[in-house]
Amino acid sequence: MGDHSHGSPKSSGTVATAGQSEVEKFQDPGLPPHRPRLADKDPRAEKRAEKQVAILFVISIIGTLLFFVGYFAIRLDETIATLRLQNFLLGMGTAFAMLGIGVGIVHWAKTLMPDHEIAEERHAVRTEEDRVIAETMVTEIIEETGIKRRPLIRNTLLGAMILAPLPAIGILRDLSEDLNPDVLRHTMWDAGVRLTRDPSGTPIKASDVTIGSAFHVIPEGLNEVEHKLEEKAKAVVLLMRLNPEDLHVSPGREDWNYNGIVAYSKICTHVGCPVALYEQQTHHLLCPCHQSTFDLTQECKVIFGPATHALPQLPISVDDEGYLVATSDFHEPVGPSFWERG
Amino acid sequence: MSASTSSDTYQPKTNLGRVTNFVDTRVGGSSIVKEFGRKIFPDHWSFMFGEVALYTFVILLLSGTFLTLFFDPSMAHTQYDGSYVPLKGVEMSVAYASTLDISFDIRGGLFMRQLHHWSALLFVASVSVHMLRVFFTGAFRRPRELNWLVGCVLLILALAAGFTGYSLPDDLLSGNGLRIIDGVIKAIPLIGTYLSMLIFGGEFPGTAIVGRLYVMHILVVPALILLMIAIHLFMVVIHKHTQYPGPGRTETNVVGFPVGPVYAAKAGGFFFIVFGVVAVIAGNFQILPIWDYGPYDPSPVSAGTQPDWYIGFVDGALRLMPGVLWGFPFEYVIFGGFTLSLNVLLPALVPAGILFGVMFAWPWIERWVTKDTREHHILDRPRNAPFRTATGVAGVIWYCVMWAAASSDLIATHFLVSLNDVTYWLRALFFIGPIIGFIVTRRICLALQRKDREIVLHGRETGRIVRLPHGEFIEVHEPLNDYKLHRLVSFESPEVQPAEPDAKGKISGTEKLRGRLSRFFFEDRVAPVTPAELAAAHSHGGHDEVETAESKAEISSR
Repeated sequence: MGDHSHGSPKSSGTVATAGQSEVEKFQDPGLPPHRPRLADKDPRAEKRAEKQVAILFVISIIGTLLFFVGYFAIRLDETIATLRLQNFLLGMGTAFAMLGIGVGIVHWAKTLMPDHEIAEERHAVRTEEDRVIAETMVTEIIEETGIKRRPLIRNTLLGAMILAPLPAIGILRDLSEDLNPDVLRHTMWDAGVRLTRDPSGTPIKASDVTIGSAFHVIPEGLNEVEHKLEEKAKAVVLLMRLNPEDLHVSPGREDWNYNGIVAYSKICTHVGCPVALYEQQTHHLLCPCHQSTFDLTQECKVIFGPATHALPQLPISVDDEGYLVATSDFHEPVGPSFWERG
Repeated sequence: MSASTSSDTYQPKTNLGRVTNFVDTRVGGSSIVKEFGRKIFPDHWSFMFGEVALYTFVILLLSGTFLTLFFDPSMAHTQYDGSYVPLKGVEMSVAYASTLDISFDIRGGLFMRQLHHWSALLFVASVSVHMLRVFFTGAFRRPRELNWLVGCVLLILALAAGFTGYSLPDDLLSGNGLRIIDGVIKAIPLIGTYLSMLIFGGEFPGTAIVGRLYVMHILVVPALILLMIAIHLFMVVIHKHTQYPGPGRTETNVVGFPVGPVYAAKAGGFFFIVFGVVAVIAGNFQILPIWDYGPYDPSPVSAGTQPDWYIGFVDGALRLMPGVLWGFPFEYVIFGGFTLSLNVLLPALVPAGILFGVMFAWPWIERWVTKDTREHHILDRPRNAPFRTATGVAGVIWYCVMWAAASSDLIATHFLVSLNDVTYWLRALFFIGPIIGFIVTRRICLALQRKDREIVLHGRETGRIVRLPHGEFIEVHEPLNDYKLHRLVSFESPEVQPAEPDAKGKISGTEKLRGRLSRFFFEDRVAPVTPAELAAAHSHGGHDEVETAESKAEISSR
């Protein structure tokens, strides 16, 4: 590129070639003359402004009263309408109370208080005089401590100071009793555990699962366990039935589905949101948080979005009564990756 | 010390005077009044963003205190028995139930919740806009670099305050937000899993997190914010405020209104205005209706939900990152059995790291490139610093692309386009957007500077068309008065500072880089009009239509 000089510098707004410092500059004309406001010149305007300010303050008083009307006069019953009305009155009451004061004061300042701009000199953040005094002082102080002459004291102090804060970090160890990552490898699923509906916990018959349907599933007994949410956060499963010929089953997983009924972990392998959206026509599962998309026909392989690995599959079968059961736990950890996952 | 100091010789006459005198002789109030009573503050609408930030923080403290009186940060299980019918009998945490109570059973509770949440959104927004103002006007330059750093820290603290607060009600959305945080923490190599378990007190979600975030939200973070605000304002007093260029305003003075009474009245009144505006919003516009989402449960999720706006850019970055690109997954098993999840780590840390890294370092980057170590109290108009304005706009665009990505699903459903296409476009814009933004902004700045030159040299177009005796039509241009002229010519236009050899006569690699950056920033520049140019323009024939031939400029050779 370079200087964009077209025409002469006189006729086109372009580039000056000389340096700033060498060029003469326009003289600063100084502060513009003060222009009196209407209220400065006209006593009637002044009186009017005064009244306006007072009216604004009165509006504020009315606003505060309105707040109390909303607070005491509205009885909250079990309908949303009264709550909405009360919220509106409290809000508008506060708003008038505040805006009345605020606008009033600003109006007062802008119309009635002097509006002469004043120039004040700046001062150096640090003067050389102060620096010299401070430096002498600091030198003396350090000298008096003798820290330079006594390296033994200095070094032991340094060592002590470095170690002393460590307990403050170490004492946080008991933030969690359990630190074993292995808990992330196991869920409530096990051989024979029935698949039940989320949240009711009623078992699901294989015959109830028609082609195209999808079930949100929890393991049987989840609602009774002590750490329900922690277990649920690992164990939730999506159950769907496809035409068996649509499924591409990899070797070793032949008996993981039952007549085209497949179960996959519902916890996204990206950062752990529930993969709650099932697109029936395309057989895609979509995570609403970050749009990772998994292809059900390809064993929930990632086909779009930020997740990297497939949703873990839960091997299922049916028991004697025709209910769907798991035949084992998941064969890999569910949910987001972690360092020890491997 | 003598027994009778001079202060005792003064005998106040009124009761108020006696009280004032008592305090004054104990704390030295007179000297404080002397120092601040008539201190000068420049006036400009863009200086009010910082005030908005301060005032919304005060509103947050007030409304937050009210909320703490009723909120119970316990994750113990309970059955809801309040007056919101649809949730009666539902199992939930005490924290969620108490948030419902605040909303439905405590008069004014809903208003306070909404006031608190809206103020929080406005707080982060005003901090951000205030920082943009400071950046684009160059107010961070010496001597204010450290105050810029304090401001950056305040922005991070504001995000922390917002996030910890968002997670407290233990509703479905806040739980899902925490789940995402948990997933990100688990992606940290080596310590991630332990860190996650320490934070949540075991497995996610546990029963500890709300109480822990609560103490952060109502004690630690606000205390740090208060401390930083105190340092921030202390430094403003030390430096005195910057001012925009204008006649009578120099690097050595500060022009404006005295604190007492005008500035104090305006700034004080503005607090009530901000409060009033937030109250209007809180009284009329619903925010985070937690009763619609229900208590946290790891199984359901609402499609189309959004994080609070200030977290959006991180969430958007998470969405933009492809997990698998052209068949290569961004997740590896290394050292025989350890998982490295770059698909989570990169978007969670790198964009935010770059944004904040450049933000923190910018005053030093600019000083290094321009070699300008002088103090600056006069602000730049953004057009007069094209390189900086362009860099800032590039950063804003980058941020906004990520921000938009956090709504990629809503963009897709609202405009009936493919979600995948929205993501692909945003991925492209993530890289191209800032570059286009930089180039376009710099061109716009240079064009505006040229327009300023035109106006100075040829005056203002009056719209008055005059027909000359020989038939030619011209438009009469009116010359600027001295004050307007000064506004358009009193700026600095830094020049390229080529790489220079050091004492040994060698040009180091960093110096070469500096030289290149300097050329990149400043090779296109528009210089302010000089008096000589103006005089020449006026005496020049050609298309000189200025009404009066006499030069308006008083030329000096300072």
